[in-house]
Parts: sequence; structure tokens; C-alpha cells
Amino acid sequence: MLQRPTESNIINGCIATAAASMVVIGAILLVTLLTRYKLWHALWSDWMTSVDHKKIGIMYVTIALVMLVRALIEAALMRGQQAFGLGGGFLSPDHFAQLFSTHGTIMTFFMAMPFLTGIINYVMPLQIGARDVSFPVLNSISLGLTAAGAALVMVSLVIGKFSTGGWFGYPPYTEATFSPGVGPDYWIWALSLASLGSTFTGINFAVTIYKERAPGMNLTRMPLFTWTALCTSVIMIFAMPPLTVATAQLALDRYLGFHFFTNALGGNMMNFANLFWLFGHPEVYILILPAFGVYSEIISTFSGKTLYGYLSLVMATMAIAILSFTVWLHHFFTMGQSANINAVFGIASMLIGIPTGVKIYDWMLTMFRGRVRFTVPMVYSIGFILLFVLGGMTGILLADPTVDYQVHNTVFLVAHFHNVAVPGVLFGMISAYHFWFPKAFGFRLNERWGMLSALCWIFGFMLAFFPLYALGLMGLPRRTVAYAQPSYVPLEWAAFLGALLILVALAALAIQLWVSIKRRNENRVLAGDPWDGRSLEWAVSAPPPEYNFAVIPVVKGRDAFTMSKEDGSAYQRADTYKDIELPKNSAMGPLIGLIGFVLAFGLVWHIWWIVILAFAAAIAAMIIRGFARDTTRIVPAQDVRQQSDRWLNAVAVATAISRADERSPANDGLAQHQANGVVP
Amino acid sequence: MSQQVFKHPGLNLGPAHGRDNDAAETVMFGFWVFLMSDSILFSMVFATYVTSLNSTAGGPGPHQLYDIKSVFIETLLLLASSFTFGMASLALKYKRSKARLIVWLAVTLVLGVAFLGFELHDFNSMFAKGGIPSRSGFLSAFFDLVPLHGLHVTAACVWLICLVGQIARYGLDTKTKLGIMRLSLFWHFLDIVWIAMFSVVYLAGLA
Repeated sequence: MLQRPTESNIINGCIATAAASMVVIGAILLVTLLTRYKLWHALWSDWMTSVDHKKIGIMYVTIALVMLVRALIEAALMRGQQAFGLGGGFLSPDHFAQLFSTHGTIMTFFMAMPFLTGIINYVMPLQIGARDVSFPVLNSISLGLTAAGAALVMVSLVIGKFSTGGWFGYPPYTEATFSPGVGPDYWIWALSLASLGSTFTGINFAVTIYKERAPGMNLTRMPLFTWTALCTSVIMIFAMPPLTVATAQLALDRYLGFHFFTNALGGNMMNFANLFWLFGHPEVYILILPAFGVYSEIISTFSGKTLYGYLSLVMATMAIAILSFTVWLHHFFTMGQSANINAVFGIASMLIGIPTGVKIYDWMLTMFRGRVRFTVPMVYSIGFILLFVLGGMTGILLADPTVDYQVHNTVFLVAHFHNVAVPGVLFGMISAYHFWFPKAFGFRLNERWGMLSALCWIFGFMLAFFPLYALGLMGLPRRTVAYAQPSYVPLEWAAFLGALLILVALAALAIQLWVSIKRRNENRVLAGDPWDGRSLEWAVSAPPPEYNFAVIPVVKGRDAFTMSKEDGSAYQRADTYKDIELPKNSAMGPLIGLIGFVLAFGLVWHIWWIVILAFAAAIAAMIIRGFARDTTRIVPAQDVRQQSDRWLNAVAVATAISRADERSPANDGLAQHQANGVVP
Repeated sequence: MSQQVFKHPGLNLGPAHGRDNDAAETVMFGFWVFLMSDSILFSMVFATYVTSLNSTAGGPGPHQLYDIKSVFIETLLLLASSFTFGMASLALKYKRSKARLIVWLAVTLVLGVAFLGFELHDFNSMFAKGGIPSRSGFLSAFFDLVPLHGLHVTAACVWLICLVGQIARYGLDTKTKLGIMRLSLFWHFLDIVWIAMFSVVYLAGLA
């Protein structure tokens, strides 16, 4: 920049420097605050080495929220560039390419994935009446690997450059011949770490749901969120390995001169496209299914009704999970395969609309004649239903190969996948955050700021992405930094204003958190059931004890907690309590995460001694862990009884409130029952 | 889930073991799921190999490079190692002496290492004939697939040594038993993958 002080170079340099300094200043600020308030010990022993699924879940969500901030700022910057993009704009093509590559990579792997993994981690074991996930230390290792990947993306902002090859990193562009820098290497190793973590997570969740359910919790009695968690886990188990293979083969090409995807010597980039989308399309459903589960819980709870068509929702979820593996080719309809193949994959793609439609009708019928309360999560859910149907429609359009030929590689496509991803995944995750926040921290989030944020999200989204449909039909290619067509300008400005509105929504979300923490004493919900919840996670205190349930509940049907509220068996004191065995804290998670980060960093910069050292350390850590024996501790029955009594005494003095008062400070988390107006 | 009827097949610790049985079941089931995921990894690499068969780019192909005699010996070694691991599992299951268990494990290890030795020798002679991974798409795919299995076998050998170390240190406690049972699944799994490799890569390649 200093050597070539053109105006464009200076602007781009300033933006890049500002972004890098935000990372550095943020890190320094964090370290200072931790030291100032002497929190290092608590951070290490209460959080980082904890193997409690609830704490791991909260840490996942924290990573997701931090990464969300970065990726949203990048999005606004891109829309800003496009608004000024007639014949130039202020960003260089290379800078713009880095922005859309990191935005996509972060939103998929380091925002959406950690967010849904965090929510599942927190909620699912509570919903099935389990003490923890099946493999708590592995859970912590998965978190460590995800955090290492996220850290690698953040470091790329300060040291070197990130890939310019899009979030899918297509070769041959990302081969060493065309992208000789470290950018694609950052992309490769960040994704490899994250996908390894996700594979383990999928295995862990699936086994947990199969093996750790409370007595009586049959598969057909599981809450729908747990069902979606199961299907998502199964997709993770089968869909992450293709990604691992794709990134590993690309790495072999770049590092050792292999010829998987190169132009010359027998390389075939279509292999990459197939591998990547064999992961990439199921990935879409990894992201959306948990959100569907969240909406099912929220719509049922805030309509005061049992979920309509439970079995059809379960079937639809499984159908989507299976169909997700049959459509990957629609990502490259235009790359030259025969019309017959396109037709098969086109039809398979359209089929997914059917189970999704089933779900939409089920949610609508759950609300029908329910007592719908317009809480923040409910507003997100209704916004989701309206907008997602629209996104689904445009998806059906794109699933038709002939239409796809017309609009492929235009911003029409960008509009479509944001139209399903934002109202689907992101709204789902944010509403899950609102819904379960009181359970995790013991106090409710501020409604007013939440509502403002929700409305800004919904309208900001519409303003930001609906113009892109029109622009796409007008022929604006995606990933383009500038254009020469003056008729694009008004729509680009509309989209930019939408992006700004979304930034307002983000700010409102941050203020909401701050305000809620300040006024937390007015909004305590210790009794644990602020929304008249229906599944087991509401049957324990807020926040729950580390062992979740003092006594493992016996489940008699769907909506287990509602049933026990109805028959008066909720909030019962047990006659006897047993000792509870819990896993001890373990440093394996943060350790493997750190080693993974160092290993990946060494690989990115070709520092081979670091690579060898980190690799050896990883093996040593695993061997030493194999020799560990004393890995559990006991919570004595007496402590369990004391904690349980303390909670039940608090419940006894709490006032049960009706649904009309659930947003007032009177809400202690004890729900008045609709049918008979009393609680035990 | 103690009232569930269906247990992990082949485990049969029996209800008498109570909670240990449940815990073991979860660990073993989890490992089965991991193997499913790992088999996807292998099938993706197999797919890459099959689609790259003709991408020799003028370089040497299967007929110039593969040495079926050596590969056949490797197959026999690996099959034999699966058998000896089976004997080790039986020694564990019927509570034979610890010495017998360790001897079978040691024989397995020797066979595994011998397999790796032959494989490395094969790669070496392929290299000598100009069959290096950077020569063509076909050779890249070959050296992605076959050494991936070799790496798995190496990891299994290291794991086996560590398990013997754990037996020496702690005896046959629950954790070492579960370790042996998981490693045996892994070992047989790698044997099955090798059969696929022998058929798809070597037999089909030379046909």
C-alpha cells in the first residue's frame, strides 16, 4: 500500500488494517479484562476444562455469536461496495473476493454450525432426561477443534490473507498454480478442523439419543427438537467425511504436487465438485433441521397446544435427511453432464419440497385455534414461516435445470439461499437463544429490545435480499465486485439499506443482552418453567444442576412435562436420592484444540518443525489419555438432596402466574396450569 | 436404558454386569458408528480412484506397476492377523490366561508390521518404476487410497502397543477390555477394507 499509494489501495488498506486491529484490540481487551477481574482460573476450571454438556453448549453459542458479528459486518461492507459499484466502488476485486469467501465460510462453519451444535448440546440431553452426552470428553474435544478452526479464520485477518476462492474453494482456481498464497491453506485447515469436530459431534449426539434416553422415552415420545437433532447427527456422520476427503486431496495437490483437481496430468476438478457437494448439500439440511426442531418446540409452547401431526413431522424430518443425499448434483447442472442426469437430480431436488410443505402445514395447524402469544421467539417463527415458503418456492424454480441455466451464477441464487438460510437457520437459532436463555442463565431476556431486533431482522432481511431476485433476473452475476449497468443502482441501494437495518438488529441484540444482565434480578425464573414448557428441560431448575436431574424422570408420553403438570407429579420430592457419578474435568478439549490450531498454523505457513512437534504432541496426548483411569467423581446423595430441596422450597414459595403475565416481573418460572388453574 | 431388550451384538457381557454392561454397550455402539463414518471416508477415496483409473496422462498404469505376488502375500498376512486377533478376543472372552491374550496380540502385531513392511516395499518398487504420486491423476488417486489404509493399520499397531502397555500397568480392567474389543472391531474393519482394495485396485486393475 505504501509502495503504491493509489486511492483504491489506501481505502482497501485502511479497511483491512481496521479489521485486523479489531481482532488484535479485541484479544488484548479480553486478556486485560480477564486479568483485571482475576478470571483466568474460573475460565479454565469452570469453563474450558468442563465436560458438562450445558457449559459446552454455551461456549459453542458464544463462538457463534462472535463470528456472527464479524460475518455480518463483512456482509454490510459487501452490500456497501455494491451500492457504489457502478463502474468501480471502493473495494479492490481481491479484497471483495476475500470478503465473500470469509463471509460464506464463517456463516456456514463458524456461525451456523457452532450455534446449532451449541443449542443441541444444551437442550437435547435435558429433553431426553439424560445426565450428559455419551462421550463428554469427546464433546469437549469437538468444541476445541471448532474453536481452533474459528481462531484460524480470525488469525488470517491479521497474518497473511484468506482465500479468495469462495466458501466452497473450487479448484483449479484454488490450486497452487492460480492461488500460490496462504489463503486457500487457511481455508483448507480451518475447514478440516471444523469438519473433524463435527464428525465427532454427530457420533456423540446420535449415540446419546440412542442410548441415554430416560426410561419410557421411546423414539415416538421424543420431543421434535431431539428428533431433528438425531437426523442432523446422522447426516453429520455421513456427510462430513466427503468434505474431509475433498480438503485433504486439495491439500495434497497444493503441498505435494498431487494431481487430483489440477488442469494438467489427469486431474479432474469435477471430482472436487462431486465430493464437496456430496457434503455441501446434506450440510444445508444439517443447518436447517435443528431450526425446524426449534420452531416446532416454540410454536407448540407459545400456542399452548400439543404439536399437530407429530408423526408426520418425524417422517418428514427423516425423509429430508435421506433426500438430502440425493440432490448434490443440482449444484452444477450447467457443468456439462447429460440431460437425463440433470432430470433425475432436478426431480430429486423438487421432492424435498413435499416433506417441507408437510412441516409448514403442521406448524400452521398447531397455531390454529391455539392461544398464540406473540413473544419474541414466536415473532421469529411467524416471520420464518412466511419468508421460508417464499425461499422454498424459488428453490423449486432453481431445481428445474432449464430455469437454472438461465439464472445460475446470478444473484438470484444468492437471494434464494439467503432466503432459506436467514429466516430458516439464523432466525431459528436466534429464537432458540431467546427461548432457552432463561433456562441456561436463570433470567429472561428483555422483551422490548428483543422485539425491536426481531422486526429489524425480518424487515432488514426482506429489504436486503428481495432486490437481489430482481437483480438476478436482470443478469447481475454473483461475486462481482462492480458493474456497468446504471439500472442496477436503485435496487443495490435498497439492498444496502437492508443490510444496515440488519446491523441495527445486531446492535439491538447486543443491547438486549446488556440490559437483561443489568436487570437480571427483576427477571429471575428460578423455578425453571417461564413459558409453560412442554418437554423435560423445563422440569428442572433454571439454571439446571450440573447432573441435570436429581432423579431420572420416568416418561409416560409425549409432552412429558405437560403430562406431569396435569397429573400433579411435577415438582415432587423423591424419597431417596442416590450418589451421582459425573466425569471429572479434563484438559483434553482445550489441549487438542490448541494442538490442532498450532498444527494448522504450521501447515499454512509451511513451518515443518512446528507441524512435526504438534503432530507428536497430539499422539502423545491421546496415548496419555488412554492410560487415564481415575476419570469420574461422585456427587454424594446428600448434596443432591440439599440442592433439590433448596430448589423445591423456592418453587413452593413462588407464585404461579397465568400466561397473560408471563412477560411481567411476577414470572418466577412457575406456570399456572391452564386446565385447572393450579399447580401442585 | 437398562430395560431395553436389544443389546450390542457380540458383546454379551450379560445383565449380571449391570451398569458396566450398559456403559460398555454405549462405548461399543459409539465405535460402530465411528466405523460407519470411516467407511464413508474410504468409499469417497475409492470413488476418486475408480474415476481416475484412465487418467494416467501417459504415465505408467496398473500393468507396469502392480506386483500381484507381493500384494497376495500382504493379503495373506492381513487375513492371518485378523484370525490371530480373533484368537485374542476368544482368550479375553473365555478368561484364558493373560499371557495367552498377550501372545496372540503380539503375533497380530508382528503380522500387521510385516504387512506394512511389504506394502512399503511395494511402494518403493513402484517409485523406482516412475510411479510417483505427482506423475498423474491415476497415481495420485492410488497413493491416496492404498496408503490411507496403511496409515490406518499403522495407527492400529500403535494402539495395540499402547493397549499392551495398559494391560501391563492396570491388568485387564474394564477400560483395557473395552479397548481390546474396539481395536478388534477396527482391525477386522481394516481387513474388510483391504479385501475391497485387493479386488478393486489390484485384481480389477490387472484384469
